[in-house]
Amino acid sequence: MRRLFFVLSLLFLSHTAFSATLAEYSFETPQQDDDFRAIIEEMRCLVCQNESLAGSNAELAVDLRNEIYDMMQAGQGKDEIIDFMVARYGDFVLYSPPVKPSTYPLWFGPILLFIIGAVVLMTILRKKNRSREAELSTEEQQRLDNLLKQSTDSRNADQ
Amino acid sequence: MNRYLRYSIPLIIFVVIALFLGWGLRQDYDPKHIPSPLIGKSIPTFSLPSLEQAETVISDKDLLGNVYLLNVWATWCVSCRAEHETLVQLARTGKVDIIGLNWKDERDKAEVWLRQLGNPYSVNIFDKKGRTAIDLGVYGAPETFLVDSQGIIRYKHAGPVTMQLVNDTILPIVEQLKSKG
Repeated sequence: MRRLFFVLSLLFLSHTAFSATLAEYSFETPQQDDDFRAIIEEMRCLVCQNESLAGSNAELAVDLRNEIYDMMQAGQGKDEIIDFMVARYGDFVLYSPPVKPSTYPLWFGPILLFIIGAVVLMTILRKKNRSREAELSTEEQQRLDNLLKQSTDSRNADQ
Repeated sequence: MNRYLRYSIPLIIFVVIALFLGWGLRQDYDPKHIPSPLIGKSIPTFSLPSLEQAETVISDKDLLGNVYLLNVWATWCVSCRAEHETLVQLARTGKVDIIGLNWKDERDKAEVWLRQLGNPYSVNIFDKKGRTAIDLGVYGAPETFLVDSQGIIRYKHAGPVTMQLVNDTILPIVEQLKSKG
């Protein structure tokens, strides 16, 4: 337990260390600060592709953060910054890619798979229901009852 | 018949998954590859000192009128060392000009590198801050752009250039671009 606490506290320490790397960017208004953080959270670092620009310590990520900071200081808006990044690195830098023909599978694939799954599930369930409905005829039921009775009788006889 | 169908379902699922995974493992597939949106566009405007002579300024306009390879490299980049010999050999054939973009590097280290390993570049652009590299959408060295005589990027390769890539891909495009004039 003590060890767990130790590990957890390390995690929190690392978080403060990480936040400190963004402290160098200061803005006049808190709104700008929020916008800046939002933008770099939405951008993928191109060097470590599973990290955002906000979280990456790769040198290129630092350069790009500085670039975005300078653009914001020069009064450029979010759309302009996104256009700037996409023009250079493609849609790949965006964590949420735009909806267009080449990204249709990405956006609609999961829904399609879900529908296929739902249809398959429904068919299977319906089939199962139908087979349960087709139960034994009276004749068969009678035979079954007889067989069950026989087996219990014989078992009782054994004892 | 129904029973056979039922028992073959796991097999079918296995085959489908195996095909998908196999497709992901195909040789020419690089999951780190990022398609460049710059192909078909002009190289960005820049004005940077040359590596060899700090006072000489090179701009994108100076490079017009010639088909060339723009190779992004740095002395801190291990893969750049790996591809360097290929570039030296390619330069020796004289089939295409190679322009270097020395990226976020130190001048004296870069000069030592070229002296020791050979200099395949007709000129080197010294991008100390990496600002032009950002405009080129560079995300890791080495990267190589093929630029036509109008200054339009026709092809980009991320990662070390190999002789196979030169012969199979780069030189055919170079010849095509040169024959067009």
